[in-house]
Amino acid sequence: MAAPPLEIRGLVKEYVPGTPVLRGIDLAVGAEGITAVIGPSGTGKSTLLRCINRLVEPTRGEIRLRGEDLTRLRGKALRLARRRIGMVFQEYNLVERLSVMENLLCGRLGYVPLWRAWLRRYPAEDIEHGFALLEAVGLPDYATRRADALSGGQRQRVGIARALMQRPELLLADEPTSSLDPKTAVEVLELLARLTEEAGVPVVLNIHNVELAKRFARRIVGMSEGTIVFDGPPEALETAHLRAIYGGEDWL
Amino acid sequence: MSASGHAAAAPRRPFAPSWGFRLGMLALVAYTAYAVPQLGLSWERLAVGFGEAGRFLARMVPPNFTRWELLVEGLVESLQIAVLASAIGIALSLPLGVLAARNLAPWWINAPVRGVIAICRSLHYVIVAILFVKAIGFGALAGVAALVVASVGFIAKLFAEALEEISMKPVEAVRAAGAGTMAVLIYAVLPQVASRFVGFCLYQLDSNLRNSTLVGIVGAGGIGGTLFAAFKRFDYDFVSAILIAIIAMIFLAELVSGRVRAALR
Repeated sequence: MAAPPLEIRGLVKEYVPGTPVLRGIDLAVGAEGITAVIGPSGTGKSTLLRCINRLVEPTRGEIRLRGEDLTRLRGKALRLARRRIGMVFQEYNLVERLSVMENLLCGRLGYVPLWRAWLRRYPAEDIEHGFALLEAVGLPDYATRRADALSGGQRQRVGIARALMQRPELLLADEPTSSLDPKTAVEVLELLARLTEEAGVPVVLNIHNVELAKRFARRIVGMSEGTIVFDGPPEALETAHLRAIYGGEDWL
Repeated sequence: MSASGHAAAAPRRPFAPSWGFRLGMLALVAYTAYAVPQLGLSWERLAVGFGEAGRFLARMVPPNFTRWELLVEGLVESLQIAVLASAIGIALSLPLGVLAARNLAPWWINAPVRGVIAICRSLHYVIVAILFVKAIGFGALAGVAALVVASVGFIAKLFAEALEEISMKPVEAVRAAGAGTMAVLIYAVLPQVASRFVGFCLYQLDSNLRNSTLVGIVGAGGIGGTLFAAFKRFDYDFVSAILIAIIAMIFLAELVSGRVRAALR
């Protein structure tokens, strides 16, 4: 059997020695679909995602991307691994002064040589892929607009397109809808679900909204205080589990 | 009941009185009154001074443009010093500013680079010009070198400060896509500061134009040398011609850089 796209074993992260934020996470993500990670703020969901592409350095444990341990990589090997992992951010993290197309091409910076990036001489294939993705996210005429001229929903669509430009093997989405209004949030998640399914990319999605998580994910992982307290399909998630994840019950 | 309580209380003050400021102003006035007689400033001295100024001004008109070749030669040299110094200074400031930014370079790089920039800023450019004249001899080279130092001190420092204020979010995203250090710099960092950097450069070019007219006085090339010679020979009509030419050049430069700045916005 081939190695799963993502396999995490015994992951521990301590920002301050002795006070772990993640206390030994074990998680394997299959080849398809959305795995939603839910849990209260400050429980380490963002840290978990950022450990995977090493924006945050894990303290202990293994993170394997198709069998390759990411935690030991340095320099060029780390960059080559990062380009296989797309990421969508809560606040879009676009380069506001650059055009939409330039932002998309940021997703190719791990692939093209520096001089090509500097002179904007990308391979024609990348440019075509960029236009195709703009079409797919519903912004076909926006290639030359500056990113700071877009609305929140449009920016997140560009954020998704940028991540897919990498042709990633795994996509991490860190609260991608928390800065959006409820309607736009659903539209953006629908887009994310559809495009990643078409591309066959598994997604790890951090999300606050339990209803949206149940609606779009095929698997829910509930975290509380740095450990996984629930792992199963959305149908299995019950009030008792939510109580264990978030604590209390007055809000239910 | 509460209404009567309010009426009994002292009237509320909407603004806090600043006694520190008031005392400071008082001290300033008192020190000024003390310092004026100390320096021998009096109405009589002022009257003598104004008389001299009148005679001096009278000898400045009409301005004498008969030696215009000398004037143009000096002006062109000043202009060249300013442009050359700005170009070299900008080229040096770009990497130095990046290396001095505390959010981009590790402390063992940014600390020494900040030190170099601080040294560039600490000496007045005329003093630097004198040092270079002594070190590498009279002429435009010393002037260019002095203004390069001044340009680096200004542009690199402000550029580093602008870099320290950038949003790290795009940087994070571009790094997460697997981009190398230089690609992150080109795509996520520089676009955020490019327009400010151009603004600093234009401002410094203005400053260099002004300053290049002065370095000649200490023998570092340009119109300043001509001006100083005219002063020494009491050719005040030629002095006024030189001053008018300098003012015209600076005005022209302000006009051009203003246009460029407006176009960039």
